[in-house]
Amino acid sequence: MLQLYETRVSSRLLLGTARYPSPAVLAEAVRASRTEIVTVSLRRESGAERSGQAFWSLVRDLGVRVLPNTAGCHSVKEAVTTAHMAREVFGTPWIKLEVIGEDDTLQPDVFGLTEAARILAAEGFEVFPYTTEDLVVAERLLAAGCRVLMPWGAPIGSGRGLNNVFGLRTLRAHFPGVPLIIDAGVGVPSHAAQALELGCDAVLINTAVAQAGNPVAMAAAFAQAVEAGRAAWEAGAIEPRDFAAPSTPVIGTAFRR
Amino acid sequence: MRILVNGVWHESSAAGLDLVLAELGYQDAVVSTAVNGEFVATGARARTQLVNGDRVEVLAPMQGG
Repeated sequence: MLQLYETRVSSRLLLGTARYPSPAVLAEAVRASRTEIVTVSLRRESGAERSGQAFWSLVRDLGVRVLPNTAGCHSVKEAVTTAHMAREVFGTPWIKLEVIGEDDTLQPDVFGLTEAARILAAEGFEVFPYTTEDLVVAERLLAAGCRVLMPWGAPIGSGRGLNNVFGLRTLRAHFPGVPLIIDAGVGVPSHAAQALELGCDAVLINTAVAQAGNPVAMAAAFAQAVEAGRAAWEAGAIEPRDFAAPSTPVIGTAFRR
Repeated sequence: MRILVNGVWHESSAAGLDLVLAELGYQDAVVSTAVNGEFVATGARARTQLVNGDRVEVLAPMQGG
């Protein structure tokens, strides 16, 4: 079981809800992924169209937990206000805190992130900070009151996988008890498996499923990958080596003097 | 009175945030509000009096990653 603040979940796959071909495909992908947590957001609602109401109805019917994000926020003030609004609408203290610092990479502004995390944690929020793999930033976030870290694998939507495996290993080694959720950049199930094999606790996937040729089948593939990666981490992998080591015993080999 | 709601100017005769929201079709909608960048909880809308030029955000659940 994975413990995120006071909540325990079985699935180590979190799924985003954006960019699916249709609401029906989203719902089917959520079921195929076996996720227990989906991410959601807040956007301006038109009083005439009320498109958000239908979406919220669909998500509630899925019977999963929601993790609201502060996507699109570029300042501490925007992120904190959005978090307050999300807590009221979604009825959860959970917030995936995003403070974006640069638009081409959607790289987190880790200075603003840390400040916003401190404010929100003090107000009782359970903060899931979208951060880089920087060790010192991670320490500051934990000191600010975060009890989960969400380092990126690669820029959001890039599908490039884990760009800094060394950095993620370092985070895992330094914070053995802190849940690490890879947020962003995962492109294919093998990336997700790799993250879990490294000891990361979970992955959050959106674009790689939503924009796949068959999102429902891809959701199922990610579910398998995450389970395999976790099982491998628990089993304990061998250390890589530079030279061959025969797997068949050499004692008693024929035709040798 | 002119108020900016989700980036669009509206003329409103009402002053209370709750009444302005009803006037714009949000009654019974699951939305959260902010005025001039500050969160206004549902229970505080009736006592939140808007003034000319105020910026109101009305947000609802949306797809997100």
